Amino acid sequence: MAWSNRKNNVLPGFTPALGYTVFYLSLIVLIPLSALFFKTATLSWDDFLAAVSAPRVLASYRVTFGASLAAAVVNAFFGVLVAWVLVRYRFPGKKLIDALVDLPFALPTAVAGITLASIYSSNGWLGRYLEPSGIKIAFTPLGIVIAMIFIGLPFVVRTVQPVLEELDQEVEEAASCLGAGRWQTFRRVLLPTMLPAILTGFALAFARAVGEYGSIIFIAGNMPLVSEITPLLIITKLEQYDYAGATAISTVMLVVSFLMLLCINLLQKWSRRFAE
Amino acid sequence: MSIDIEAVSKTFGSFSALSDVSLKVPSGELVALLGPSGSGKTSLLRIIAGLETPDSGRILFDGVEATNRQVKDRQVGFVFQHYALFRHMTVFDNIAFGLTVKPKKERPGKQEIKDKVHSLLKLIQLEQLADRYPGQLSGGQRQRVALARALAVEPQVLLLDEPFGALDAKVRVELRRWLRRLHDEIHVTSVFVTHDQEEALEVADRIVVMNQGQIEQQGTPSEVYDRPATPFVYDFLGNVNLFKGRVHEGTAQMGGIKLSSPENASANDAPAVGYVRSHDIAIERDSSEGALKAEVRYLLSVGPLVRVDLSLPDGGPIEVDLPRDEADKLGLKVGDQVFARPRKMRVFVDDYQI
Repeated sequence: MAWSNRKNNVLPGFTPALGYTVFYLSLIVLIPLSALFFKTATLSWDDFLAAVSAPRVLASYRVTFGASLAAAVVNAFFGVLVAWVLVRYRFPGKKLIDALVDLPFALPTAVAGITLASIYSSNGWLGRYLEPSGIKIAFTPLGIVIAMIFIGLPFVVRTVQPVLEELDQEVEEAASCLGAGRWQTFRRVLLPTMLPAILTGFALAFARAVGEYGSIIFIAGNMPLVSEITPLLIITKLEQYDYAGATAISTVMLVVSFLMLLCINLLQKWSRRFAE
Repeated sequence: MSIDIEAVSKTFGSFSALSDVSLKVPSGELVALLGPSGSGKTSLLRIIAGLETPDSGRILFDGVEATNRQVKDRQVGFVFQHYALFRHMTVFDNIAFGLTVKPKKERPGKQEIKDKVHSLLKLIQLEQLADRYPGQLSGGQRQRVALARALAVEPQVLLLDEPFGALDAKVRVELRRWLRRLHDEIHVTSVFVTHDQEEALEVADRIVVMNQGQIEQQGTPSEVYDRPATPFVYDFLGNVNLFKGRVHEGTAQMGGIKLSSPENASANDAPAVGYVRSHDIAIERDSSEGALKAEVRYLLSVGPLVRVDLSLPDGGPIEVDLPRDEADKLGLKVGDQVFARPRKMRVFVDDYQI
């Protein structure tokens, strides 16, 4: 497509609209992010490498990205389940549950963190039953995953829900007329149709989890090399007036996140290759 | 495979979609279920497919009870009005779907599936589009793919729900002729639903006219068209003009015309309605026995026909379809006084309102 499509556009003003979009994105996103790169550039290459590859920093990458990935996978699975139940079944209290899904969006993350920590700690409502059987959640990496699942839940549900609602019942009927069982219909017909939406939700949940700070620090325990997340490490550096070091780590996070999201977007594009 | 429908009823809430419907579809026949929307034709088709369960009554395939058989075990091919293709699969994969979901033991080999799909693509004349996605096809092409997909599993029964309803007029005519030829080749027992009388008359071996959840009449297209059993069937198949009058012991008196009506021999001076198709009326310049005086109100050329709107002295309208050359010969103009002679009239005693 031509990059200017004046001819067949209903709304006039391609030039001002694009101009404003670029200006706005620059102001809100690009300029702050480039400041990050400029600040990082005050470090020499060796200092940069030292700052971003210290053992404690490397461990924090593992914790952050590992836990985010695990949380996003769990959310992708249970998010589809929740969306399915909300779309396909009618039951009392459905509206309430539908509203409940958005709560992690609205709740201050610190409140969520404190609540989760108190529930899963060794004398909390759930922790007191789990701890005796050897499952420690609060103040371990597992706790980080739980917090990330909590804050990421709405993304998959809200992206998959509209797709499921629009799904034509006849397609399923066609599949069963052709001899497909329920599982075959789900795996071969429904899942591929939902996949682009699931991947979008997955990417959003993952990105949110990588950037999450407030709810995690209360439940993580923040033990260096074990349960310390990268955002916390950045705050720690800032508190020590090591601005360049903090921005260096931020830069690495930014680049890695960007690459991962890019991969997911490509995957998503592939998964909807049929919709042209 | 033959289908027997025995006393099937179905209600949706307070709406009665089918009431006590019985129908036999002999093996190898192409049957049309014809009726207006809400007449229960689609419900009946879905019950045969197993997509709905009847409230009462039985469905038998080849004389064997199949009322509670699962959809996937019924071996029916179903074609939907809006195609219901799997849009994330190519044309090839769509057609192959039914073969690839078979249990391991019955599933044909890869090459066998490939050969089968290609022979079906040839049948629907879309061989070069095997790798396209449904989104890249036209409506007519999509419906042919849907048909090939249904045929791939070699169904015992083919069910089509308004298969041409979403297509434009020209494609619709092409595709229904193609379906007729296809059926002449493969002879699978087929039932298709339509509200288009022309489609039913052209394609089907037998027509079942439905109205308000019941069967009004069934028969060959010419039986149903030439000898409608009820006023509803008369009205539904083609344009009709209504004449009000009375009938007494086999003789009807309709707006100044006297004619014999042997079906109503037992009638005793009962109010009656005469039905005349718009192409069964002749227009004459001169007065004669059995013709009604009328005035030309409106003339409209519709392709090979000329539609003439007449009005009787009492104000009643008559619609006449004349062949073009006959209309030219008469040289009709709006306002002309003419005489309309019904060539064929069917009289029903007026206990029935349409």
